[in-house]
Amino acid sequence: MPSSNLLSPDKLRDFVLLNKVSDNTPEIEKKLSLIRRDTVTKPVIFVGTGTCGMIAGAGETLQSIRNYLSEKAIDAEIVEVGCIGLCSQEPLVDIQLPGKRRISFTKITAPRVESLLDEVLNSALPDGQVLGQYPHPHLEAWEGVRMLSEMPFFRLQNRIVLSNCGIINPFSIEEYIARGGYKSLTRVLRNYSSEKVCNIIEESGLRGRGGGGFPTGKKWKTALSADADERFLICNGDESDPGAFMDRALFEGDPHKIIEGVAIAAYAINARKAYIYVRAEYTLAVDRLKKGISQATEAGLLGHNILNSGYNLTIQVREGAGAFVCGEETALISSLEGKRGTPRPKPPFPAVRGLFGKPTVVNNVETLANVPAILGNGPLWFSGTGTETSKGTKVFALAGKINNTGLVEVSMGTSLYDLIFHIAGGVREGKRIKAVQLGGPSGSCLPEQLLDVKIDYEALQEAGTIMGSGGLVVMDEDTCMVDIAMFFTDFLQRESCGKCIPCREGSRRMHEILENITRRPVSESGHETLERFKGVMQLENLAGVIRDTSLCGLGQTAPNPLISALKYFREEFEEHIFDRKCRANVCKDLRVFYIDIEKCTGCTACAKKCPTTAIIGSPRNPHFIIEDKCIGCGICYDVCKFVAVFVR
Amino acid sequence: MPDKLDEIINRHLHLQRDNLLPLLQEVQQALGYLSEESINRIGAALNLNTSKIYGVATFYDQFRFEPKGRFHIQICHGTACHIEKSARIIAETERILKIRQGQTTRDGMFSIEVVNCMGACALSPVIAINDKYYSGLQPRDIKGIIDQCKTNEV
Repeated sequence: MPSSNLLSPDKLRDFVLLNKVSDNTPEIEKKLSLIRRDTVTKPVIFVGTGTCGMIAGAGETLQSIRNYLSEKAIDAEIVEVGCIGLCSQEPLVDIQLPGKRRISFTKITAPRVESLLDEVLNSALPDGQVLGQYPHPHLEAWEGVRMLSEMPFFRLQNRIVLSNCGIINPFSIEEYIARGGYKSLTRVLRNYSSEKVCNIIEESGLRGRGGGGFPTGKKWKTALSADADERFLICNGDESDPGAFMDRALFEGDPHKIIEGVAIAAYAINARKAYIYVRAEYTLAVDRLKKGISQATEAGLLGHNILNSGYNLTIQVREGAGAFVCGEETALISSLEGKRGTPRPKPPFPAVRGLFGKPTVVNNVETLANVPAILGNGPLWFSGTGTETSKGTKVFALAGKINNTGLVEVSMGTSLYDLIFHIAGGVREGKRIKAVQLGGPSGSCLPEQLLDVKIDYEALQEAGTIMGSGGLVVMDEDTCMVDIAMFFTDFLQRESCGKCIPCREGSRRMHEILENITRRPVSESGHETLERFKGVMQLENLAGVIRDTSLCGLGQTAPNPLISALKYFREEFEEHIFDRKCRANVCKDLRVFYIDIEKCTGCTACAKKCPTTAIIGSPRNPHFIIEDKCIGCGICYDVCKFVAVFVR
Repeated sequence: MPDKLDEIINRHLHLQRDNLLPLLQEVQQALGYLSEESINRIGAALNLNTSKIYGVATFYDQFRFEPKGRFHIQICHGTACHIEKSARIIAETERILKIRQGQTTRDGMFSIEVVNCMGACALSPVIAINDKYYSGLQPRDIKGIIDQCKTNEV
């Protein structure tokens, strides 16, 4: 990878400073353009090596590209980039030949590298793997290749936070600077007072992207005006919502944007020390972030007397140790202090008394990633996008049963329908959409008929869900809503910190009630049935108590997934209770397997594996499942090589 | 091993309570788990009660108190993986290895850990064995992967 010693730290600093004034000297401009790769002298091969790319096999791809180049003695540059957001098409490889535009190819696993490079390095195109080309004013276009921006996936997006993700080399501070990075920090340090920065952010209408939606500028002002000798800034990257990976992609694809955002925010509240709290599971993210911080420190953009402004700032990366509740700001602070991550009562709010008893601002990663662009383009530019109460854009992690899974950024006010059916390409295999889960375990499921709702803090709340941090999971008709509700209650009862009894015990009881209605009853008479009905009737009451009496966000929102499922998918719950039937065939105890006698060859594989000897039959003759003995474990379904086992 | 532990503790001696978590993380990184001995010695060095340290360590999912297997199987059970039937993958793995999640096989070869989310939801269901990832799995694929691990070992 191109090292950071392409330029000396002093030179880098000059760049940032010069970048600020309008009359860049031609020499500097030429260098910046070279770093931006406006012209290249040898082929450049970009490989997406975010976590999603690596899982799809980018590591092997990278190795085989290196082998190919060294075998054929071809002089080319290999650049690792982050994730462009199209995770379903990984591993992605882009190639830029001298004089030509950068072009992107999908699903380049190691065996495909040779044929791809054979063709592309000779200016030919392989069939079926071209994704599209990047726009560029001067470079020659590839004929017959669509622009990336023409794809529905990209056309409807508005990429502010993700502008560099997947395009620049995350290991290179020069590339970030060449694309206008650290310009806002320079401007802030030279021209603005802390109050002025707070005012600008307040005017822009930026709200917390972690889910709560608290106005960021207001939070900063509270901390700045609090009387204290020391203040702290914490960047909350403890992204533990299952189904969310926005922060990971940002850390991996564009770490310097977050570092710049953290630096500006710390200046705005006059903090000398900032922490970035990242999940320990995100090893790549931690690594890239640490490298980014040391590069920025070397270039004099962090540390002592930054850019001669007299302002000092150190940023420390802390690895979270895996507790969902630590996403809550007071619990996060406890964790940073080296204690159990239990939340504290508010008020006093952390902005008044937080880490070590000092005023502390906790901001989400995405919130801070918006900050450099706002200060670069002005608050009016930012508030020009979005709706009445929600400004700017929101990043969503799309997952579940859709065609284009990945990471997207859309303007506030876009409808969920557009997001799912246009950007994400609709539901896989032409199935019907059943529900959309927003906001992780604190959020809720929206049914199909509510998908017209606009993405906006208030509109989503009205529809009965929350903006959440941006995890969006799409479910089709093969998903059982009772099972999903049970999944979340199970998650919450495990992750409850145990401080408040309603949350600790209540979430467990909720889970037990749901388990009861999905379990096969020993008998349909007497006490057990009564208990089952009683439990369901009390669910709503229990949910109300948990919501009203818990201390932190985890407990207050813990009933959300269940309540929303009960509200919108009541008939499915009733089916489970009255008919003992799961329409999606997910609930293990409620399904019964059958063997198709036409397809069964009598191989006896299923009968051998059946834990309850419910399968009878002689070799080479069709087998039969005894319904009463079947426990619905599905092992026969998994072992059958002839697809003869089915669920009715 | 003890030397390594001493070295890590000495590096953190001058630090405050708030560095307890990084210290524990570093020890786990070096030893693979937090042994009773290591917790006792950290307590003695930082002048903290062992019970306090144990209380902190058990709170977080990251820390383990048993050595992990040579092949550490992490199975993702996030929302996206759940609707792609990762529960069946967990059951299948437990059935093949004859251990439950959180346990290690008697020969020390395999251990199973169920994690909340690996952040690779777009490629679900995902499992990782010693940092090598497998995506888009079916329950029937598990046996082949485990057999492959066994042959690699021999």
